[in-house]
Amino acid sequence: MRAGIIQVIRDFFIERDYLEVETPLRIPAPAPESHIDAIPSDGWFLHTSPELCMKRLLAAGYSKIFQISKCFRDRERGSLHLPEFTLLEWYRAGIDYREMMNECEELIVFIARSLDRGDTISYQGTTIDLKKPWIRLSVKDAFDRYAPLSLEKTLENKCFDEIMVDHIEFHLAQDKPVFLYDYPISLASLSRPKKSDPSVAERFEIYMGGLELANAFSELTDGEEQRARFSKEREYRRQQGKEMYPSPEHFLDALHTMPDSAGIALGVDRLVMIFTDKDTIDDVVSFTPEEL
Amino acid sequence: MYSASDLKKNLKIQIDGDPYVITEFQFVKPGKGQALYRCKLKNMVTGSQFERTFRSVDSFEPADLQEKRMQYLYPEGNKYCFMDLETYEQVYLTEDQIGDTKNYMIDNLEVDILFFGEKPLDITLPNFIDLTVTMAEPWAKGDSATGDNKPVTVETGYKVLVPPFVNEGEKIRIDTRTGAYVTRVKE
Repeated sequence: MRAGIIQVIRDFFIERDYLEVETPLRIPAPAPESHIDAIPSDGWFLHTSPELCMKRLLAAGYSKIFQISKCFRDRERGSLHLPEFTLLEWYRAGIDYREMMNECEELIVFIARSLDRGDTISYQGTTIDLKKPWIRLSVKDAFDRYAPLSLEKTLENKCFDEIMVDHIEFHLAQDKPVFLYDYPISLASLSRPKKSDPSVAERFEIYMGGLELANAFSELTDGEEQRARFSKEREYRRQQGKEMYPSPEHFLDALHTMPDSAGIALGVDRLVMIFTDKDTIDDVVSFTPEEL
Repeated sequence: MYSASDLKKNLKIQIDGDPYVITEFQFVKPGKGQALYRCKLKNMVTGSQFERTFRSVDSFEPADLQEKRMQYLYPEGNKYCFMDLETYEQVYLTEDQIGDTKNYMIDNLEVDILFFGEKPLDITLPNFIDLTVTMAEPWAKGDSATGDNKPVTVETGYKVLVPPFVNEGEKIRIDTRTGAYVTRVKE
């Protein structure tokens, strides 16, 4: 099943004229993100995602690219996390995050049909209708609907993550996949501000059966803004006593020539969990770290 | 000290001066967010349970727990006297503290007692203990056909159901985990 899903993912992108790329797993300067830790490798680092290198390819003129690669994140281990896992990332010039949502709907339906699963699958007792359109729910509406605190208060109290996992995520196990979109600008990461409301970023996550499956952006192409955000993240890492990474200068330079585009990272292991109805990531890999 | 990444099921930690055991554990990390450690904790003294989500910066004292091999010596009033087999030090436990294990307290029985500081929390008995039947109705002929069990009393005062062929003065083996009769013991 795992091999079949990966094969079908390739078919989908190749049919749509995407170019499959391979970028190095070992890099000198990972993106300085507050809560993602890279595993050191002989002075450099194993990449935590191929994002920076793939964006340099976008800037170099490759306008539709995808990659299925192993990624590494230190100290992430749980029923949905492995320190070494498989990520599908794809980037496309000329579209924004809303068009990316459409492409996600099409990909998942394509996979289900190719596996003779039709348009509905069952995950952990929930029947999920994959036909488009999926549910589109803004982060603000999700907080208004499910959280004991407003989004504003939550950000003030710095407990966004806790409210997400304790009050919101399990409501996202609905009968259709959910796009949770428009994250507060303070959680924009590498996404661009929304023109009509700069207090939010054009970022979304996909939830299927309550599982967080993917994270996507309309990509930020403003090199100065990105540099400022990286310094903030770096400052946070310094305060927390976390490892400091060199600044990814080549990436920041490339942003000046990167076209407007949207990009997404989708957890392949979790996708396999959903299609095989498994409740732990351990059941969809050949070996867990503990078994090695 | 433990850090949040040491947390796992069955780890025993101290919070606000009380020992807790983690009964359920989940590592969660919302998209781009921080690692969170969601725990269900049980107070080892009161038995009360609660849920709490910790962050990776949180740290914890290990619970000050110690298991000691002890021998039961004798009752004194409503207390039970035990001797530490390493230090020969004697401690008294109340009837409350030893709970149902009093059903199996025979002289010289060796048990493991879990202490939180000075406070005994839990007694681990051997899985099987042989006890003498002190009171049993004689086996009325014909009873065996029904297969019914009969109640007997053993030397500790504990009442247990046994097959009809067990007589007064005989030794029987009891499973301390279930409290049930296992077999008759020939000496």
